[in-house]
Amino acid sequence: MLAASITACGDDSDGGSGGGAKTLTYWASNQGASIDFDKQTLQPELDKFEQQTGIKVNVEVVPWSDLLNRLLAAATSGKGPDVVNIGNTWSASLQATGAFIPFDDATIGAVGGKDRFVPAALAAAGAPGQPPTAVPLYSLAYALYYNKKMFADAGVTAPPTTWEELITVGKKLTKGQQWGLAVEGANPSENAHHAFAFGQQWGGEWFDGSGKPTFDTPQNVAAVKRYIDFMAVDKIVNPSNAEYAQNQSVSDFANGKAAMLLWQAAGNAFKAQGMAADAYGVAPVPFPGTAPAGGKKVNSMVAGINIAVFKHTKEKDAALQFVKFMTSDAEQVQLNKTYGSLPSVTTVAGDAAFQAEEQKVLAGVLATSAAPLPQVAEESKFETLVGTAMKELFADAASGKPVTEQAIKEKLGNAQQQMGS
Amino acid sequence: MVTTTTAPARVRPSVPDKARRPRRPRLPYLLLLPAVALELLVHVIPMVVGVWMSLLELTQFQIRNWSAAPFAGLDNYKATLDVNGPVGKELLHSFWVTVLYTTLSVGLSWLFGLFAGVFLQRPLRGRALLRTVFLTPYALPVYAAVITWTFIYQRDTGLLNELLTSTGLADDRPFWLIGGNSFWALLVVSVWRSWPFAFLCVMAGLQNVPSEMYEAAAIDGAGFWRRLKDVTLPMLRPVNQVLILVLFLWTFNDFNTPFVLFGGSAPEQADLVSIHIYRSSFITWNFGQGSAMSVALLLFLLLVTAGYLLVTNRRRDPA
Amino acid sequence: MRETAAERWSRRVVLTLLTLFTITPLYVMLSSALKPLRDVQGAFTWFPTRPSFQAFVDMWSTVPLGRYLVNSLLVSSVAALVSVAIAVFAAFAVSRYRFRGRQVFSVTVLSTQMFPGILFLLPLFLIYVNLGNATGVELYASRTGLIITYLTFSLPFSIWMLVGYFDSIPRGLDEAAQVDGAGPMRTLFQVILPTAVPGVVAVTVYAFMTAWGEVLFASVMTDENSRTLAVGLQGYATQYNVYWNQVMAASLVVSVPVVAGFLMLQRYFVAGLTAGAVK
Repeated sequence: MLAASITACGDDSDGGSGGGAKTLTYWASNQGASIDFDKQTLQPELDKFEQQTGIKVNVEVVPWSDLLNRLLAAATSGKGPDVVNIGNTWSASLQATGAFIPFDDATIGAVGGKDRFVPAALAAAGAPGQPPTAVPLYSLAYALYYNKKMFADAGVTAPPTTWEELITVGKKLTKGQQWGLAVEGANPSENAHHAFAFGQQWGGEWFDGSGKPTFDTPQNVAAVKRYIDFMAVDKIVNPSNAEYAQNQSVSDFANGKAAMLLWQAAGNAFKAQGMAADAYGVAPVPFPGTAPAGGKKVNSMVAGINIAVFKHTKEKDAALQFVKFMTSDAEQVQLNKTYGSLPSVTTVAGDAAFQAEEQKVLAGVLATSAAPLPQVAEESKFETLVGTAMKELFADAASGKPVTEQAIKEKLGNAQQQMGS
Repeated sequence: MVTTTTAPARVRPSVPDKARRPRRPRLPYLLLLPAVALELLVHVIPMVVGVWMSLLELTQFQIRNWSAAPFAGLDNYKATLDVNGPVGKELLHSFWVTVLYTTLSVGLSWLFGLFAGVFLQRPLRGRALLRTVFLTPYALPVYAAVITWTFIYQRDTGLLNELLTSTGLADDRPFWLIGGNSFWALLVVSVWRSWPFAFLCVMAGLQNVPSEMYEAAAIDGAGFWRRLKDVTLPMLRPVNQVLILVLFLWTFNDFNTPFVLFGGSAPEQADLVSIHIYRSSFITWNFGQGSAMSVALLLFLLLVTAGYLLVTNRRRDPA
Repeated sequence: MRETAAERWSRRVVLTLLTLFTITPLYVMLSSALKPLRDVQGAFTWFPTRPSFQAFVDMWSTVPLGRYLVNSLLVSSVAALVSVAIAVFAAFAVSRYRFRGRQVFSVTVLSTQMFPGILFLLPLFLIYVNLGNATGVELYASRTGLIITYLTFSLPFSIWMLVGYFDSIPRGLDEAAQVDGAGPMRTLFQVILPTAVPGVVAVTVYAFMTAWGEVLFASVMTDENSRTLAVGLQGYATQYNVYWNQVMAASLVVSVPVVAGFLMLQRYFVAGLTAGAVK
């Protein structure tokens, strides 16, 4: 009886190549409002692909909480999907496992060639000097979102373009229960993303040429100080933001408790929280008024999703055909339009689908002022350690302790030591 | 015949084993076989492999072909356990935090479970309902339950600060999820989640206490505390011994509660060993080091368990 | 047995405090489930200002909650029943027999509780994959694999708990049965188990809940067809938003069968099963 019940509930989910028609297994990441939404978005496209090529694709939409664990398990065991979405910040780490097919000249030629892709997006697909481990699929960047009504009420006519302007505006808009800027202070990833962008603007680098961490340089300290000071010195950020780790800053902006927000492609999130698209404006992330020595014109990391092929696949050609399909013009327009992201290929930037205000701003940032996070194998360690150090600095600021350059240097130095050998 | 109202000392079988042997010599082994087989497959062999991994240099570079990973001897241990080095120092700190946290959590959970069990032994109206209410935290999925506590702990919008300020117990709205209070916040959540389980086990154990024993004690003039000390606790010994030990082990190893409460990065005042190991090794794909830290943790817990069993078994009759 | 007034009042105070402590988060969950998403992280209110049942409707489609619920129920029930059966036999052996290896078994079984889960997650996963490749029985991403894993997870505590419980059942009962001609199995089923009902029920609850609530292994060992609730709930944290109201609503709804089960099991937690059994 036990044996029968066991066999009755055994499941088989692995799609290999059956005799005859080819099948691919594809793990898609969650890009839309729900897993179901993603399935319904992808399925018609996969049907199209099957019609065109005769290759069937079995898709599973994997929630972000599980995706990395399952990728790790697949890389370790050699058993898993053929094609997979990966967060682009994982690229260098995944590249180091050697479990994915490198997109050398021949391979990338098979999916349309290197020049098809937005250069910044492609740079975020693997360590420099090596063939990328994936190709970009959906692209995103940070932007400054601002509440139009609050700006109008305070007589602010244009969004700030420098940090000094942002502070001035923020101070005008911080009154009563309302605050100038919302910040996700307890989310290490968010902190690390801003540390990177600010670092670039202040001329700092988080890793040197050989991949060794360089966290506590004066430039990085100044960059981090600029960000923490929004709460600590300028007081345009609610101290409560120091414990925000579940997108409360997005909620605060949507609920009118904060006038400005630095976030990635937040339009759909606002919509789900009931904020109309004409209630907010979108502008590029500001720069320092006078560029510090060595500062770069970067105001956002290159965010996005890449698509990779496992080396253990038994259908390499079919998998590459699928990648070519997903990065083709038609699919890039269709999918990015639905998900609110930007195409990773240069050929469709002019499409009508991407002319909304938010899209245009993001596209401009991606094209001109976005840079990839350090493409080193320890990238996630960097995010965790530096992001947590900043979380502790925000906690200090929130409880009224002064956040001095010395304190920041110590915290960053400690984080660097934790990076180990 | 033997009466049942004596204290629960382990009674030797009145017929020596040798006389039984001809009939069922293998029975105990047969009875154990399924348990042993499953434990080997799911616990023991993976554990041995895990210990082996701690002796390898196993990072993202080697993971794909892990059986061929270079042997690193005790390097992983040296790196993580060097208490003068940065990594070792933080690990030691998280270790002490965890010891304090676990001791308090288990102590409080057990106390709450004991008193709730004892108070609900007496048949009351609504007892079944109240017992069910007390077990409800145990039924809730951990993710939702702990997230609810983060809502309660929010500085501006949480129920706790609302209560504190509206009843005048606090002037300022304190932080609960960052800073010094985070340890106590975590402790409260842990006790909230653990004490129903202690209650469940105590409740089961109490059913075995014959009511004649309470009556005899009452006739002797024993009040509530005497009855507790002389009747209830001794009768609960076998249950308590296991319960407290496993609660300690589980709480020490608990990953989900601090992970969900603090979003994966705990403040240093509440940095538990389980989170620390996860953050400093698995997030960074350094499985060799993560395994080494886990093995060190395991050795510590083995020591604690051995000590605990020695102390608690000393008063028991030898098997 | 009478209780003094002091005892009565302490009992009421303690029970009331414990009830408030237990119920407060439940209340927060319920009121969050009844709020539109905007209000969940908004300003605090004791009652939802715009109550709505929308979350209870949407939650079935945002993630495949129905499928996750069926998977969890199936995996937890089978794991619990099989685990308790195995534990009862093993505990009977350890409690009633002296045999070589008894101490080794007990200590090994207990020591498995010290293993941090992350330590053997990856090796276990590898073993399942290799077993699957070698034998064709798919353990990875299958409910069978989960059942086997979970039933083993709950064995150590179940065995130890039952050993303690069986130990407190007097040998006199065994001997009385043997005098009546009963063999070991008859003794187990007709004498020991009926007396040990509260312990067995507690252990069954524990085994069920261990499978029901396990997160770490489920996140790695399942795919979307075999996923259970404990991890499935995290699917409400989507790319745009975390649907807090749906998380709360789903958690409350899926806990209802479990809590109902607890309520029905109360009748097994009844005193007096040993008292007077042997005269």
